[in-house]
Amino acid sequence: MSAIQVIPINMYLLLSTVLFTIGVLGVLFRRNAIIIFMSVELMLNAINLLLVAFSSYLSDGKGQVFVFFIMAVAAAEVAVGLAILMMVYRNTKSTDINILNKLKW
Amino acid sequence: MITTYLFYFLSFLAIMCALMVVFSKNPVHSVLYLVLTFFTIAGHYVLLNAQFLAAVHVIVYAGAIMVLFLFVIMLMNLNKDTEPHKKPWLKFSAAIASGLLLVVLVGSLKGAETIVPTNAFNPNIGLIENLGKTLFHDFLLPFEVSSILLLVAMVGAVMLGKKSIK
Repeated sequence: MSAIQVIPINMYLLLSTVLFTIGVLGVLFRRNAIIIFMSVELMLNAINLLLVAFSSYLSDGKGQVFVFFIMAVAAAEVAVGLAILMMVYRNTKSTDINILNKLKW
Repeated sequence: MITTYLFYFLSFLAIMCALMVVFSKNPVHSVLYLVLTFFTIAGHYVLLNAQFLAAVHVIVYAGAIMVLFLFVIMLMNLNKDTEPHKKPWLKFSAAIASGLLLVVLVGSLKGAETIVPTNAFNPNIGLIENLGKTLFHDFLLPFEVSSILLLVAMVGAVMLGKKSIK
């Protein structure tokens, strides 16, 4: 039995809203740049979950194809982001974002 | 009935693990909790009849991206002692701000109309055959463009990762 026949779509909306908010909380709460990256991944996954839920609720495969593209973008983002982070660590010996305040007004 | 219980169990586990990602002191523990979160989301995909997507999600996220994170954390030798912390009032305001965002989002979704599915229910939508047809009929150009994106990201990561750029 499929979940969409017994679970209303509102529960999926609620779940991915909560996961997205936890991602936002992680970005605001932590100073370690790696944890901030992981929170961004969490937000992307909340959106992916919502896209899949709507896709199978409407029996339309386009939403799931869109999730593939989001995964590709997330993989590219992580590769470049972690490379930048490695460079930052090599120069400052830390991943604290408060050190990176040269662009701050 | 068992689907309902499974949904609530997976949701509870996903939210708890996501909270532990944010609040655990050790970055390695954060990564491991994030892997658990991704596995619960893969379970949700299986519940939603998106079997192929669940497999891809486990392979790409838990298999590739999180291993990359783990490598970087071990390369940087981060642990509990070197972990920087924000001031308590900043943490408090961060919690308040994201709580308010949650309230706003849930409140706006409360009054939303429920959608009525126009298509008949089709449980085979998440199988690889149907997804491949959609991907290569309707989304051929974005597919090719995303390959260029991956190439650019690879070149960028290699350039940034080199010891010195002349």
